[in-house]
This record gives sequence, C-alpha cells and structure tokens, in this order.
Amino acid sequence: MKVILPLAIVFICGFYMLITFFIPAKFAQDSSQLLQLWYQGVAAFFVFIGIFNLIKINVDRIQRRLKDWEYSIILLSFLGVMLVAGFVGGRDSRVFLYLFENFQVPLGATMFSLLAFFVASASFRAFRAKTPEATLLLIAAVIVMLGRIPIGYLIWDKFPDLIEWIMRIPNTAAKRGILFGIDLGLLSMALRVLLGIERSYMGGGVEK
Amino acid sequence: MLFISLIILSSIDFKAFDTPNDDGTSITLMWQSDENFQLFEIYRSETADGFFEKIGEVEGVECTYRDVNLKPGSSYYYKILGKKEGITVSSQVEGPVKAIVQYFNLSRLPMAVCIIILFSAIIYYITRAKKRGKLFIRKIPALNAIEEAIGRATEMGKPVLYVPGIMDIDDPQTIASMSILSRVAEKTAEYGTPLYVPTSRSMAMTMAQQVVKESATRVGRPDWYNPDNIRYITDDQFAYVSAVDGIMVREKPATNLYLGTFYAESLILAETGHSTGAVQIAGTAMPDQLPFFVAACDYTLLGEELYAASAYLSQEPVQLGSLKGQDFGKLIFITVIVIGVLSQLFKWQFFINLFNVE
Repeated sequence: MKVILPLAIVFICGFYMLITFFIPAKFAQDSSQLLQLWYQGVAAFFVFIGIFNLIKINVDRIQRRLKDWEYSIILLSFLGVMLVAGFVGGRDSRVFLYLFENFQVPLGATMFSLLAFFVASASFRAFRAKTPEATLLLIAAVIVMLGRIPIGYLIWDKFPDLIEWIMRIPNTAAKRGILFGIDLGLLSMALRVLLGIERSYMGGGVEK
Repeated sequence: MLFISLIILSSIDFKAFDTPNDDGTSITLMWQSDENFQLFEIYRSETADGFFEKIGEVEGVECTYRDVNLKPGSSYYYKILGKKEGITVSSQVEGPVKAIVQYFNLSRLPMAVCIIILFSAIIYYITRAKKRGKLFIRKIPALNAIEEAIGRATEMGKPVLYVPGIMDIDDPQTIASMSILSRVAEKTAEYGTPLYVPTSRSMAMTMAQQVVKESATRVGRPDWYNPDNIRYITDDQFAYVSAVDGIMVREKPATNLYLGTFYAESLILAETGHSTGAVQIAGTAMPDQLPFFVAACDYTLLGEELYAASAYLSQEPVQLGSLKGQDFGKLIFITVIVIGVLSQLFKWQFFINLFNVE
C-alpha cells in the first residue's frame, strides 16, 4: 500500500493533467489549475520544513562545536533578525529592507560577478586547439568575440554579419537538435514515471 | 438615438465567429476596411434589433477583437463603428453568433498524435524488452564514469558531492536527478563513502533524504545514512552557490556531480569544483548551460542523456525498452523534419499548417 498509493496518485494525476492540456472546456482547465494550487499549498508548507532543517543542523553544529561552528551563529542570528523584521514590520519595513538591500543584494551580486572571471578561465581551457573540433570552436569563438566589440568592426566591417550567421544558423541548428532530444527524453521519462516503471525517485519503491 | 448621427456605409467588411478551441466563453471579431480609421468601437447586443451596448474600443491599426467572459451556449449580435476626423462608419450587424464550448483543442491535434505515436512506440519496446531480455544501448561515457568517480572518492577517503540543481520537484530535471541520486546513493552506501546533497528547495531535500535512505537500506547499509548530509541551504540562487562552493573548498570532495536544472550558477560551481581538483560529472537539459559544463567538467550528460540516465544505470530491460522507443521517436522527428524542409521548398501548405500550434 505504501508504494501502490503514491503510484496510483501519480498515474491518475499525471494522465489527468496530460488530458486536460487538450481539453479547453472550463471544468478541465479549472480542475487542472486546482491541482496546481494544491501543489503550491504543499510547497508553502515545506518552507517550514526547510527552515526547521536549517536551524536543526546549525544548532547541532554549535552544540557539538564542529569545525567552523562560529559561522552557524552568524547564520542563525541573521535568520532570526530577518524573521522578526519580516513578521513585525512586514516586507516593506525599514529594518527588513535595509538588511535585504545592504547585505543580501550585494552579496548575491558579488557571487554573480565571479562569473566573469570563471568564463575567462573556462574559455582558456576550452579553447585549446588540441583536436579539430576544439580548433573549430576556437575559430568560431574568436570570430564571435571580435564581432561583439567595436574593434572587430574596425578590423573588418563584415564581422557583425558573420557572427549573426554563426548564431542564427549553425548555433540554432545545434541547439534545436539538442532540444528535440530533450523533449523526446522528457516524454519517455514522463511515461516511465506515470506507468510506475521508473520509481527510483520515490526511493526505489520496493514494497516491504 | 445612439446611432442617429451615423453615416451608414458598408466599407467595413466585418465578421464575428465563435473562437475556436476555447472554453465557450469568447467570440472573435475580425474586420477589414480600405479607410484609415483612427478608432474602432465594438458594440454587442443579445437581440438583432435590441440595444447595442459598447463593450470596447481598439485603435485603427487593429483588425481583431476578442469578446471574452461570455456565457457558454448564448448567442450574440455585433457591430463595429469606425471613426476618423468626425466621420463615423458603421458595419453591418453580425449574428447570431453562439459561444460554444469545445471539448478538444483541435490546434493541438498534431501534438496529441505525436504523443500517442511516441507513447505507443515506447510501450511496444518495453513489452518487447520484457520478452527478449537485455537490449543493446549505446554506451554513455559520463554515466560509466560515475562509478569510477565514486570509487576514486572511496580510495581517497573523501566525500562525494551531489548537486541536484536549483529547481523544485515539479521540474522534470529534478525528478530525473533524484532517480540518478538513487543509483549514486546505492554505490556510495555500498562503499561507505560520505555523500553530501545540499539542496536549494526544501521539498527536494525531503525527497532526496527519502531516496538516499531507501537506497542505503536496499544495499544493506541503513547505518550509513546520515540525514544531516542531505540538507536544505536556501532558495536564493547565489546564496546557494556560495554555500555549495564553501562545501567544495572546506570538505574538498573527490567527486562532484551536478545533475539537474542549472542557470547562471553552473559555471561558478563547475569552476570552483575544478579548482579543488575534483572529478566532475555534470548533466542538464538547459541548452544554454551545457557549454559551461562541457568546458569545466570531465564528463557531461547532454540534454536527453540526463533523462535516460536512470534507465541506463538500472540496466533493467523494461527501462531500457523505453530508451529504444525514444530512439524510434527520433526517427519520426527526422522524417518529419525532412518532409518539413521539402514542404517549405515546394510550398505544401497543408503539411506546414499541421504544425501551427497555438
């Protein structure tokens, strides 16, 4: 029963959602929206489980004085302050907005900005012309990079047209090929899940 | 009284019809005119000679209007007024037009046919695999490398880091990732290697905990399972990346597996992992992130391979049969693409129209 019931729910709900995609009538659209709302309701409940897990693990780290336990104090302190500021003053309160705009936003931006350096280091390794394919990649990359900057236009005024062609024809063709494969793979996996053939996402689904 | 000052001309070619493939609550109006009107006013009535109520207006460049929130099964009459420089021109009255509920979206018929054919092919190959046993499936190097990478981590006495993407379990890639996690957890539990699974969604964490716990039990190592290793970090994209990067730098896992949905964080994770000297295997169905993983990881599962991974790793004939069915789908796609190219060249409009999906 522990396995059959979830499988039955997946089968019924999954196929029902698939069928309603083709039925424009109101009852079908309303019921499929209702199912999605239920999902959102469940997801909202899980926020508390996430916070509980976060608190439990970090309190445990502090109690057992595990490596770098001091960071857990900082994390829990800020979690507490943000929770209190949010619940007391709401999302528009001064304290909440101050913490959000002066801590979370710049820290997030800092992480994001690392991407520029990582793109450079990854490109340096990827563009080594060791094989014919890598050489082709290097040539295409050099053309695209040159075409995107003003000096490229000064060197040869056809660079922008050339990169437009590279992006629109070979690049799009390769991308579409991958997308077709992805869609087929997705359908195949969806059917395996709906029919209960694939149940490892439930932990294997072995009846005990 | 309302239309007393109108100059009645028939220079507006106007028609109204039930909106196709809808839930019976709308009627579409279309018109054409040689005059350059600045504005069109739309009027509706429930009887041909009754009061026409103004329901909307659109700019002169528009030539369609959709009247929504109607009562299914009811009939309506319409007329439009074109206006420019003090001149008002009325169309003829169109109606009765009935808003009818549709029970099948005909514009999605080609999609339904494709799905039915593909599902039939998959079920056929699954049934065949049940009878015949093992099927031949081409090797996927990235998946073969997973076991080697776990073995390497075991030999080095270091943990394995598994990142299941940053989306929730309503994303098919996360489901596919959980299926692979199940196989990875079996191996790590068997070898007694620690497995860290930091998640960006609390629901994904709960699912991952269940998957890892069941896998450990399946291989007879329930004691190996540590729920604290499968933890929730945060929903915030870059805060999550920061935490995972921290785990990489502090714990120095020997193997990093990135399987699921990734966005801008893909390269930040993969490059940090590369700097720690870990063997890295990635897989995603996000075409824009694939080049980053290809550049920074040792092996990459390209798109569909992510969805095929669980079936491939299980080596169960029934699951492998579904991959054969998927290949049959590819054959259909290739055929349709070739016919599509020919249709465009020779203007076979009927075939081209089949693929106009709303």
